[in-house]
Amino acid sequence: MTTTIPASAEEPQSKHLPGDLAIWIFILAEMLAFAVFFSAYAFARASNVELFNLYQQTLDRNVGALNTVLLITGSWFVVLAVQAAHRDDGNAVTRNIALGFICGAGFLVVKVFEYAEKFGAGISLSTNSFYMFYISLTFFHFMHVILGMVILTALWLQARKGAYTSQNSHGLESGAAYWHMVDLLWIILFPLVYVMR
Amino acid sequence: MNTLKNPANRAWAVLIIATLITWYLGEAGAAGTLAIVAMLVIAFIKGRLVILDFMELRNAPLMWRMLLEGWLIVVSSLILLAYWISLK
Repeated sequence: MTTTIPASAEEPQSKHLPGDLAIWIFILAEMLAFAVFFSAYAFARASNVELFNLYQQTLDRNVGALNTVLLITGSWFVVLAVQAAHRDDGNAVTRNIALGFICGAGFLVVKVFEYAEKFGAGISLSTNSFYMFYISLTFFHFMHVILGMVILTALWLQARKGAYTSQNSHGLESGAAYWHMVDLLWIILFPLVYVMR
Repeated sequence: MNTLKNPANRAWAVLIIATLITWYLGEAGAAGTLAIVAMLVIAFIKGRLVILDFMELRNAPLMWRMLLEGWLIVVSSLILLAYWISLK
């Protein structure tokens, strides 16, 4: 593992939590809910391995991997936006938030096509327990991507007014932390539901 | 500016490579204990990079690092336990 100290000079000497405390408590609550869902999936699978392995094969791993790349890249753009705020580069803040939003939109478009294909084939929540988990887990995550994009829109509107600077980046850091959580959850969800067997 | 000096850029590159590895394992039809452990380790490394370099918790108070990294450990352990049960 890399344990190097970040080379950037913008890191303060004292230990500090980026963004507001409230957003981190909210993030923890969300992560706890997803932890329950991930475990429920894994243990439900354990008592029905053949069914889960069979229907997992019907999922499109290419689409799942593409969506992972989109969320990781979207998250990266938002880190660049926070770093830009720390060095008072307002244009880069606005631009990187917009690029992060575009990655999120790309995720949603890919997911809508994926759902259209599955629902078009007559698959629903009641088809079997694998699809019940696949649809509810991915859809619950989908809603979080949408909320993340609403937050990015709010950040972008503020950033255009020059709200985020090295003196005031708390709001941006809070929104960014939520957006990274959406990425973090998908990083577990993708191998769990699409690949591991 | 040296691109690789920025920890976020390094994290992005590792995350993309790790995603491609998991995708490739899936395409190669990897299954069973070794494949499951490999994919969980990859997911753990990816999650940790997001926590430390994207959420920028590397320099956060220890409690917050432990809460988030602890979440990752608990979730991966529970998934591993469930898959281990399924292999028996």
